[in-house]
Amino acid sequence: MKEKLVTLELALEHGLTPEEYENICELLGRTPTFTELGLYSVMWSEHCSYKSSILELKTLPTQGKHMLAQAGEENAGLLDIGGGLAVCFKIESHNHPSAIEPYQGAATGVGGILRDIFTMGARPIAALNSLRFGSLSDPHQRDLMRGVVRGIGDYGNCFGVPTVAGEVYFDMSYSGNPLVNAMAVGIVPVKAVARSAAKGKGNPVFIVGSSTGRDGIHGATFASEELSERSSERRPSVQIGDPFKEKLLMEATLELVASDALVGIQDMGAAGIVCSCTETAARGKVGIEIDVDKVPLREPDMIPYEICLSESQERMLVIIEKGKENIAKQIFEKWELHAEPIGEVTEGGRFTVTRNGQIVADVPADSLVLGGGAPQYKRPSRKPFELEAHKHFNPDHVPEPADYSKVLAKLLASPNIASKRWVFEQYDHTIGANTMVGPGLSDAAVIRVPGTQKALALTVDGNGKRVALNPRRGAELAVCEAALNVACTGGRPIGLTNCLNFGNPMDEEIYYFFRETIAGMGQACRALEIPVTGGNVSFYNESKNESVMPTPVIGMVGLLEDFSLATPTGFQEEGDFIALLGTQGKDLGGSEYLHLFHDLISGPVPEINLERHKALIQLLKHLTDNRLIRSAHDISDGGLAVCLTEACMPKSLGAVLTFPWDLRPLEILFAENASCVVVSVNGDLWGKFRDACKKFDIPVKMLGRVGGETLAINDWLVLPVKKAEEIYEKVLPDIMEQVEELSV
Amino acid sequence: MVFAVITFPGSNCDQDCIWALESVLGYTVRKVFHRSGSLESADAVVLPGGFSYGDYLRAGALARFSPIMEEVTAFAREGGIVLGICNGFQILCEAGLLPGALVRNRSLKFVCRDVLLRIENRSTVFTSNYKNEQEILLPIAHSDGQYIADAETLDMLEREKRVVFRYRGPIRPDAPDGNPNGSARAIAGLINEQGNVLGMMPHPERACEASFDRTDGTGVFTSIAEAVANRKMIPA
Repeated sequence: MKEKLVTLELALEHGLTPEEYENICELLGRTPTFTELGLYSVMWSEHCSYKSSILELKTLPTQGKHMLAQAGEENAGLLDIGGGLAVCFKIESHNHPSAIEPYQGAATGVGGILRDIFTMGARPIAALNSLRFGSLSDPHQRDLMRGVVRGIGDYGNCFGVPTVAGEVYFDMSYSGNPLVNAMAVGIVPVKAVARSAAKGKGNPVFIVGSSTGRDGIHGATFASEELSERSSERRPSVQIGDPFKEKLLMEATLELVASDALVGIQDMGAAGIVCSCTETAARGKVGIEIDVDKVPLREPDMIPYEICLSESQERMLVIIEKGKENIAKQIFEKWELHAEPIGEVTEGGRFTVTRNGQIVADVPADSLVLGGGAPQYKRPSRKPFELEAHKHFNPDHVPEPADYSKVLAKLLASPNIASKRWVFEQYDHTIGANTMVGPGLSDAAVIRVPGTQKALALTVDGNGKRVALNPRRGAELAVCEAALNVACTGGRPIGLTNCLNFGNPMDEEIYYFFRETIAGMGQACRALEIPVTGGNVSFYNESKNESVMPTPVIGMVGLLEDFSLATPTGFQEEGDFIALLGTQGKDLGGSEYLHLFHDLISGPVPEINLERHKALIQLLKHLTDNRLIRSAHDISDGGLAVCLTEACMPKSLGAVLTFPWDLRPLEILFAENASCVVVSVNGDLWGKFRDACKKFDIPVKMLGRVGGETLAINDWLVLPVKKAEEIYEKVLPDIMEQVEELSV
Repeated sequence: MVFAVITFPGSNCDQDCIWALESVLGYTVRKVFHRSGSLESADAVVLPGGFSYGDYLRAGALARFSPIMEEVTAFAREGGIVLGICNGFQILCEAGLLPGALVRNRSLKFVCRDVLLRIENRSTVFTSNYKNEQEILLPIAHSDGQYIADAETLDMLEREKRVVFRYRGPIRPDAPDGNPNGSARAIAGLINEQGNVLGMMPHPERACEASFDRTDGTGVFTSIAEAVANRKMIPA
């Protein structure tokens, strides 16, 4: 690459607006150098600056009594879980890289989020992911899914973190732009949390880990534009992952954090050296001066622009206390990694880059970063007219199906509902020896906090359909369902992270969805008293002018004081009573049933009362703490019938359910009600169970008993559990293992 | 009883082994780093699972050249008890301490699931604490777990009762014979001729805790400890 003359035209090619370019010139009092233009273009990209979202994000509740770091202050959220320990977690998207290079795109998404966790001194104990693809009848989508799943697996498995939960959905809107959101969770002693601020004039700044190559240059800019036919030309913007290096980097980093040599640390993700230097400098209100000649390179002839912007993986920026350089050097030598001093902390707040003793960039560090000089925009929004139309859809006009058993069988065979075993068996979910409840067995994974009696309940959850129909309530429902998933396993929801996947924010209708989503999330979080600890916004999820469904994904963390209280999804004992907590409504809107049988994504989405939902969560906590229930599973995709089937399958236990009804069978069986949970109760404890429900003012409906080998509901539906299992388990393997024709 | 647990760059089950041996089962653990450590005073050696050297070139192919492997080989030749789990098994094969090789699973995919194992030989130093005919449930998690060897070697292994663990389930569409990775004769674990070196793909260290309702892995470690104790009772 060669240096170019900086002009307005070149700035526009870099994705800056004329106003932004003018702003830069004014701020510097001159035309920026080529390197400086690179710095601003990448740091002011949507991906790094959050310029279209930050004003909205600030409305989310970020306060909570257990918060140890505010959202945006550190690399990941941090919550006190007692006993001197904190949990550290975050979710991030890697959608665009995965669209054009699924294996490396997904792998480096996992790598990036793991680095965010161990940068804070935390050892990762769990990984999760949320995936969206187009229809699996399209061979390209199958290919994408194979690549993404293998990428996530290979990275996490080699690194050595259990991948314990996740979700996968399919919808045509994701055909051109799959969603790959990765979450990681770690544990750190409160006293040992590493901070990311640079401090102390003269302290040396090191680059550690891998050497720097040309991969991923402008990855952040690439993430800030729509996908198009030309996107495959961006393949060099996709980084290449090396989980083995990352594992070494983690061990070395954790050793360094435990030493007294470390001042500050920041991982290198998007926008590589420039982002890590300016963010640490801005946080510490200092400057950083670096000499690019000292950066270990993979290719010798890289120019400063490339070195500063490279997104080569498995690298960190660390600031060491002057005089203790050898401690750092020895640690990294032990792990056979680079640790090169490339500069030092300065006074005056400038980020300065030199080459051959010449200054090639010299800018105020603060002017580049989010929360500093990076632009912030309030984008115009407009309510799409079809949203009103969805509300007028009358579910009463949906006819009753002729055969409910057949409907259930078809729902179980829908890839959206069917078992995801094909996916999660490619992930090591038992490494760490802390996985109490792994994938497929519960509404949330339950992972012991190493060396303690405590456990974390972890889930990722999002439902694009509901948000597309009613963004505000859809987002409320997403938060509520994630919290309920955690509660069903016995956890108390303590905090959430979110990944907001949307189209082009300059589109007023898309921006309307975004704003409403934030509003709905905020409402739910305030009502349930769950703080938002951080998250990630991914815009420009579009291809050929088609946007993905607005898809907020919630990553929820819950706490169990005693891991032995973990409650599974599945029925446990013959003869147990089966009951429904909550009240069902006519909630067919946005359901899988409507989509599958009537090809409709429409209708009013389910009603939710946040106060009652909170009471339900508290009731579940009481029931699990006092061991009054043996299983719990919330009604979700596919409705009550699928919920019951999923409770029957883990232990191959049948259930006979006979109960009075006041809605149509169609609505009872297949509506996707909010705030409804199916529990099983030992008959001896039924009295105590009833009393507890009364105390929390949650209605209980007795549905039937566990037993036999068949699921039977009133005289509507009969399905042998073995048959259900066969259908449920076969779907994905049959689709994914088919012999593909080679396309040339 | 002192177990040495060896950490190669990329080992990632070393912490789990240390946790199971030290905190759960109460043995003494010596943590040995591949470059600087020594096996001095260890009664038995564990090569843990993971991706030593990133599995680059071939699983276990680089780790066998690591400095500590000379000591491990000498230790084994002198009759010391060596257990290789998953990547440790791959390293033992690469180092020539066990016959045969481990190649990519037949499905070509990583597989993580619980498998049922039949204990084929109870009179080894690794299995004496299991009951007759006992079947145990242990997790597997690997890409390269398909055991292969030539027919002659396989026959010899069978004849000499060196196949210690054999896969037998669960029966699933992708494992109709209960063999999750396509291993020859469904071999999940085997010992060397002298009986003091065991390689196994399943992870006993992940199944040692009663509070997790999983204890089927414990027997491997308690058997080793018992064998070591018995040896010590016999005067040299």
